[in-house]
Amino acid sequence: MKALLLALLLALPFEAGTVEIRQFSDPVQEQRYERLIDDLRCLVCQNQSLADSDADLARDLRDEVYQIIQSGQNEEEAIRFLTDRYGDFVLYRPPFKPVTLLLWGGPFLLLAAALFFLISHARRRSNIVSPQLSESEKKRLDNLQRET
Amino acid sequence: MRYLIPLAVFFVMVIFLGVGLTLDPREVPSPLLGKPAPAFSLPEVSRPAETFTQERFTGQVSLVNVWASWCVSCRQEHPTLVELSRKAIVPIYGLNYKDERDAALKWLDILGNPYVASAFDADGRTGIEWGVYGVPETFVIDRTGTIRYKHTGPVTPEVLEKTLLPLIRQLQAQS
Repeated sequence: MKALLLALLLALPFEAGTVEIRQFSDPVQEQRYERLIDDLRCLVCQNQSLADSDADLARDLRDEVYQIIQSGQNEEEAIRFLTDRYGDFVLYRPPFKPVTLLLWGGPFLLLAAALFFLISHARRRSNIVSPQLSESEKKRLDNLQRET
Repeated sequence: MRYLIPLAVFFVMVIFLGVGLTLDPREVPSPLLGKPAPAFSLPEVSRPAETFTQERFTGQVSLVNVWASWCVSCRQEHPTLVELSRKAIVPIYGLNYKDERDAALKWLDILGNPYVASAFDADGRTGIEWGVYGVPETFVIDRTGTIRYKHTGPVTPEVLEKTLLPLIRQLQAQS
C-alpha cells in the first residue's frame, strides 16, 4: 500500500501538463516564437496567454504562429495574421488608435485632473489670512489668559 | 455642497461598473464584419466528394452556423435552427468544426439536419480563417458574400427573433 502511494506521488508531477516540443533551425526564430505566444491572448481562456493556455484553439493558434515564424516571416506578420481574424482583442498590449484613445490617455487625464485639484486646493489654503484682532479684543484676550 | 462631491464620484463609479457588469466579455467584436467571407475549399459532411467553397454564399442572403457534435451549446441551439430551416426563410449552411465525420453524421441523423450543406473542417483551419473561437457561432452573410453579423454562442429563439431575422429581412429587401 505504502509503495503504491509513493509510486502515485512520484507519478503526479509528470502527469501534469503536456510539453510541446517545437524545433527551430534558428535560435532567433525560437525567441520570436516564445515572445509572441507570451504576448498573445487565448480567446477561450481570456486571461491566459497562448503560451499558458491548454485550450484546443490555443494549441492550433500556436501551430499557426510557429509556421509563420518558421517560414521566415517576422513578428508583425504573425500578429497581423491573428488580428485580421480575431481583432485587437488577442493583443495584451492594445495599439494606440482612436478607439483606444481614452484607454491610453485616461491615466494622464486623471493625473492632470488630480494635479489641478491639488494646486487649486493649496492656493486656496495659502490665501486664508489669520483674522486681525482689534485693540479692545486684544485686551480682552490678555485678560482671559491671565485669569486661567 | 462639499459632501455631494464624493456622492457624485460614487455614482459615476456605479454607472461605469454597472455597464461593465452587463457587458459579456465573451463577445469579442469580429474584425471580419463588412468583409468578404474568408475563402475555403472543403468537402461536404454528408457528400465527401462534393467541394464546398465560400462562392455558394453569393446570390442570396445566408446564415452560416459553426457547429460540432462534441459541442454542448450546439445541441441547445439545434432545435431553433431546425425550426428555422422548416420555415425556409433563409438557407442555413453549416461549418462542421474539428469534428469526426461519423459523429457529425450521426448527430444530424438523430437531431435533424437544418443545413443545406455542411463543410467538413476537420483540422479547424477554416475555423481560424473565420475567426472562430467558441462554437457555436453564427454568421449572417449578404448577397455579395459579405459578412454582416456574427453571433457567438447558441442561437436562442430570442436572438433569432430580435436580432438575426430582422437583419436577414432587411438584407433580403435590399436588391
